[in-house]
Amino acid sequence: MIRKFTYAALSGTLLFSVNATAVDDRTQQYIDTLVELGYSAPEENELVHIPPSMEDLEEAELHPELKRVIRRGYDLFTNTQQLRGENVFNNMNCSSCHLGEGRMPFSAPIWPAAVTLPNFRGKNAHVNNLEERISGCFTYSMNGMPPEYGSDNMLALTAYHQWLATGVPVYPKQPIYGRGFPPPERPEELSYTRGEAAFQENCSVCHADDGAGLRVGDQTVFPATWGDMSNNWGAGIVRVFTAAGFIKNNMPLGQPNSLSDQEAWDIAYYMSSQERPQDPRYTGDVKETLEQTGPTFHKHSRYGQIRETDGHVLGDHSNLGDKTFLKPDTVRPRTFE
Amino acid sequence: MNAKRAIANLALTEKEAIVKKLPVTLAALGLIACSGFALAAPEGDAERGAASAAVCSACHQADGSGMNIAGGESWPRLAGLDANYIAKQLHDYKSGSRVNASMMPFANMLNDQQIADVAAHYASLPATEGKGGESADEATLKRGKQLAERGDWSNYIVSCKSCHGPDNQGAGDAFPGIAGQHAGYIKAQLTAWKAGNRRNDPQDLMGTIARRMSDDDIHAVAVWLAIQNPTAN
Ligand code: HEC
Ligand code: HEC
Ligand code: HEC
Ligand code: HEC
Repeated sequence: MIRKFTYAALSGTLLFSVNATAVDDRTQQYIDTLVELGYSAPEENELVHIPPSMEDLEEAELHPELKRVIRRGYDLFTNTQQLRGENVFNNMNCSSCHLGEGRMPFSAPIWPAAVTLPNFRGKNAHVNNLEERISGCFTYSMNGMPPEYGSDNMLALTAYHQWLATGVPVYPKQPIYGRGFPPPERPEELSYTRGEAAFQENCSVCHADDGAGLRVGDQTVFPATWGDMSNNWGAGIVRVFTAAGFIKNNMPLGQPNSLSDQEAWDIAYYMSSQERPQDPRYTGDVKETLEQTGPTFHKHSRYGQIRETDGHVLGDHSNLGDKTFLKPDTVRPRTFE
Repeated sequence: MNAKRAIANLALTEKEAIVKKLPVTLAALGLIACSGFALAAPEGDAERGAASAAVCSACHQADGSGMNIAGGESWPRLAGLDANYIAKQLHDYKSGSRVNASMMPFANMLNDQQIADVAAHYASLPATEGKGGESADEATLKRGKQLAERGDWSNYIVSCKSCHGPDNQGAGDAFPGIAGQHAGYIKAQLTAWKAGNRRNDPQDLMGTIARRMSDDDIHAVAVWLAIQNPTAN
């Protein structure tokens, strides 16, 4: 049952008039497929963009050297483990959370960052550009050290992000369809024990009961959902609502929207009640860190709180996972003065 | 099956991580038969298994290579598959959760110990080459490779490798190696899942993917996988 909306439809590199009444076939088909998978259809006037695929890149009229660099960015994004020990200190690839090579809506597609930045970010309270946004995911989600600003790898990654946004106007006025990990409505009550049971029923076959996931050789098949090889306490996905949104929209792998809202939230609550490497913004004291980061961030996570099952204070440790440093020096305030 | 997983880097979670709630797991997983068997599985003996497998070689061959039979029912390669995966399949044929007329009588012949033994035997054999992809054209192989390694997210077909592991050579005991399997067999299995005739996969994980695949896609991925290396090196 697809209602015909007036979408701000951006299909591939084609820009349709914002006021176009007819949605082109390709965009309509794209939306139909997503709706069949249980995602909501775009709201009126939402910006729908179908990012180009690697096949489109081959056909694109771009300088061959640029194509080579975009391919390199794609390769880094989908196999970030090649930077293990240098920039990455856990089992994640960028594509572990940004599914479909960073192109899937409702899986925090990455191209919006290329058209909405530079902008102010509450998390670090200053204006960030695309490189700094990517550095954020390296610092927290990869428990790592971002590649240097302006380095070959950083440039290749930004080129991949920006190319995915091909055809989208810079600083679009409309809200972006499928951006981030939109959470389902929060149920009244969340339960650790229900979350644990639901995790074991739906997730353990891949992520294991202990959340360690599975590696084969030096490659990650199933990333760690908590523990030393997972993202650290500063990563966006430790916020219970973000985790619930990720899970509902993307997991179990291949079966999006198959869990109930209650299950997604219970599992998110359970996952956020497990240990992981320390937040790089740690001051040496969990209470103090919570005071500083609570208002903008940790009020949504379980950091610094007492786990009901055993009285453990979450995040009260100085474990850094595989890293030897607490925070990369790119985590610093900017004043533009 | 999780109990077997290497518990890496537990420094952080030592205190709580190993609090395994097995009874909860078993009750929660609608998979009591499977999990129960995994826990109670007798130790397999490859040498004893070789003896029990004599009767199997009519189809699966003495070296476990099976046979690709164009236009007929192919016999899967068993050599080099994960022992727990093989054992699970034999239990599934016995219990009727996987149905196949050729295979069922042979699975029924085996008791739990013999299942563990033949599984250990086939797992210990060196993996052999897959057949049935030799004459595929370039465009078909290209599509097959794409599906296997990158998937087709426009239809939410997740890449095969994201479950079947690096180079599709298998991941743990729940996700069998499919690289170097015979094209005819791969095709038959995907078609069976699509039609609802094979449903012994955990949580319908494989069925969900197969149902999104066109017959052309099934053909393409089967022929591409068949000509890949079944094992690393
Ligand atoms: C552990 C999960 C995880 C991993 C791994 C991860 N990210 Fe993210 N990423 C997130 C979350 C959560 C957000 C915030 C989504 C939101 O806005 O709710 C995000 C947001 C982003 C954004 C901004 C998207 C937007 O809408 O503006 C970009 C760009 C990005 N990530 C790039 C990367 C890159 C590059 C990597 C690899 C170096 C990476 N991410 C790895 C979880 C992850
Ligand atoms: C069939 C295997 C499978 C199942 C079942 C599964 N996942 Fe995942 N999960 C994956 C894979 C694979 C990825 C990484 C995506 C990629 O690399 O393409 C992932 C990524 C994740 C991530 C982001 C990265 C990380 O490790 O933190 C989370 C969180 C997650 N899954 C949670 C869950 C939850 C919760 C469930 C159960 C509701 C679940 N998964 C079920 C395979 C699975
Ligand atoms: C008459 C031929 C025949 C004989 C003899 C035979 N099999 Fe099979 N076997 C098959 C066929 C055909 C299949 C595929 C059936 C299907 O589509 O489910 C199969 C499937 C299997 C599978 C599942 C493989 C997989 O990758 O999932 C296992 C394990 C197996 N056989 C083991 C044995 C063992 C052990 C014996 C001897 C005790 C045996 N078979 C005897 C024909 C045979
Ligand atoms: C979400 C996880 C997942 C994905 C993605 C996936 N599979 Fe599977 N597949 C499984 C599981 C689990 C099994 C084992 C089922 C069982 O235990 O009986 C399986 C089994 C199979 C088998 C049967 C193997 C045998 O020896 O009988 C074939 C063939 C297969 N998959 C092909 C594919 C192909 C081709 C793709 C990509 C188009 C793919 N799979 C993607 C989970 C997955």
